[in-house]
Amino acid sequence: MIRVEDLEVTFSPGTAMETRALQGIALDIAAGEFVTVIGSNGAGKSTLLNCLTGDVAPSRGRILIDDSEVTRWPAERRSGLAARVFQDPMAGTCEGLTIEENLALAASRGARRGFGLALGEARRAEFRDKIARLGLGLEDRLGDLMGLLSGGQRQAVSLIMATLRPTKILLLDEHTAALDPRMQDFVLKLTRDLVEAERLTTLMVTHSMRQALAFGSRTVMLHEGRVVFDVKGPERLQLDVPDLMALFTKVRGEELDSDKLLLD
Amino acid sequence: MNEIAFLGALEIGLVYGLVALGVFLSFRVLNFPDLTVDGSFPLGAAVTAALIVAGADPYLATGVAMLAGAAAGMVTAFLNLRFKILHLLASILTMIALYSINLRIMGRPNLALITEPTVLTPFEGLGLPGFYLKPLFALVVLLVAGGLLARFLASDYGLGLRATGANARMARAQGVATGRSTYFGMALSNAMVALGGALFAQMNGFADITMGTGTIVVGLAAVIVGEVVLRSRLIVIAVVACVLGSVLYRIAIALALNADALGLQSSDLNLVTAILVAVALILPGARNPIKALFAKAGAR
Repeated sequence: MIRVEDLEVTFSPGTAMETRALQGIALDIAAGEFVTVIGSNGAGKSTLLNCLTGDVAPSRGRILIDDSEVTRWPAERRSGLAARVFQDPMAGTCEGLTIEENLALAASRGARRGFGLALGEARRAEFRDKIARLGLGLEDRLGDLMGLLSGGQRQAVSLIMATLRPTKILLLDEHTAALDPRMQDFVLKLTRDLVEAERLTTLMVTHSMRQALAFGSRTVMLHEGRVVFDVKGPERLQLDVPDLMALFTKVRGEELDSDKLLLD
Repeated sequence: MNEIAFLGALEIGLVYGLVALGVFLSFRVLNFPDLTVDGSFPLGAAVTAALIVAGADPYLATGVAMLAGAAAGMVTAFLNLRFKILHLLASILTMIALYSINLRIMGRPNLALITEPTVLTPFEGLGLPGFYLKPLFALVVLLVAGGLLARFLASDYGLGLRATGANARMARAQGVATGRSTYFGMALSNAMVALGGALFAQMNGFADITMGTGTIVVGLAAVIVGEVVLRSRLIVIAVVACVLGSVLYRIAIALALNADALGLQSSDLNLVTAILVAVALILPGARNPIKALFAKAGAR
C-alpha cells in the first residue's frame, strides 16, 4: 500500500543549519497494516509523515502509494489517497468556520469542488449521524464555531473528518500528544474503532512506547533519520515497554536517565 | 443634510459597497492584504470610459472592465504565489503599474462621459430623476453582486477558498488547491472593485486617473464599520455587513462634512477617512480582525 524507497530529506542544505532529517528510509507497508512509529525528538518521525502527505519534498528517493508514484504530487492531490490528523488540534481544523463547515470541507476531499451548496439537508443529516457516534453531544452544536471546542473535541472531530470519505491511508502525527489523559484514551479508542471499521492502512507517530506496543500490528523505531528497528507478529507480542526501552538505549548508545515522556 | 445630499451619500456608499465586498474577500476571507484595489478601481473606470467613448456598448464596456480588474488581481496573486513576494508589496507593485496602464488606456488623465450613453441610459425613460435612479440602480447591482458572493462562499469551492485563508495547511490536507483558490479569490475581488470603478465613472460622468487614491482605506473603513454593526459567523450576514458598513460610513462622512460646526470641506474627506480607520484600529478592545491582521504582519 505504501512503499518508501531510499528516502532522504535535508533541510537548509549547504548551510551551517544543514539538517539531514531522513537519511535513506526504506519501508514497505502492506494494506491493512497499522504501524506505530517511535523515536526520540529529531529522529525524523514527523518528517517521514510530512513526506507521505506531500508537505515536505524529499531530496532523494521515491514514495509510492497504492502502486502510484506520488513523490512529486502536491499535498492537495494526495489528500484523496491519504487522510491525516495533525498533532496540534488547531492545525487540523479551521477555528473560524463552524463544525459543519469543517466537516463539509472534509466531505469534498478527493472530489471536484463545484459551486453547489456545501451544506444541504443530506450532508447535515450525515454529519449529525457521524458526530452523534462520538457521544460528546456535539451533534446539536454543528453550527458552532470550531474554535469553541476543546482540544480533545477538536481531535475527535478531526478523526471523523479524516474518515468521512473513503480513504486508503490514515496518517496520525502524535494526534493525542496535546490532550489530557482522559481525552487521550477517548481519542485512541476512537482511532482504533475507526481503523478497524474502515480497514485503514494506518501510520501512527507516537512519543509513547506504551501506545506504540498497545496499538497496531507493527512497530518501527526511527533514529537519526534511519529505521533502526522494525518488528511485527509474534515477536512484537512478546515485547514490553522495558524491552523497547532497552532497545532504544542500545540504539542511542547511551543510558536514558529519566525520560518520562517515553514511558507514558 | 437635505434629501439630495443624503441620496448622493447613499449612491456613493452603494457603489463603494462593491469595493467593500472586494476588500472583504481579499482581506477577510483570503487573509491576503491586497492594495491592488487602489489601481483596479480606476482601472475599471478607465476601461469603461475609454470603451464607451470609442462607441462600445456600456454593458459590454462594464463587463470588460471587470475582466481587466480580475486580470490585475491575478497579477498580484502571481507575484505573491510564484515569486514569494510579500503580498502587501506585490499588490503595491501592481497598483503602481496600473497608474501608468490606466493613463495609457485613457490616453489622458481625465475622460468625460457626461454626454455618452451609460448603463443607466435604458432606464432614464422611466421618469425617475437621476438622484433616485442612480442609488436604486447601484442598490440592484450591489444586491446581485452581494447575493452571488454570499452564495459562492457557501459553495464547496467557496468553502475551500475560506479554508485557504483561515488555515492553508489544513485546506491542502483536505484537498483544496490553495494556489488556485487564491488566484480565483483575488480575481473575483478585483473584478468587483473594477465594477465599482466602472459604475462610479458612469454615474459621475467621468473617469479620472487620481480617483483610485485611498480606495483601499475606504473599503477597509466599510468592512470595519460593518463588522462593528453586524457580527455573525454566518457568511451571508458578513456580506450584508460589508454593504451596510459602506453605506453607514458614507452617511457618517456626509454628516461630518455637512456639519457647519466642524468647519470641514469636502477636500478633507481623505483625512477624515484616515482618522476614522486609525481610530478603529487603535480603539482598545476594538474587535476587528483587520487590526489582528496588521498586528500579525507587523510582528513577523
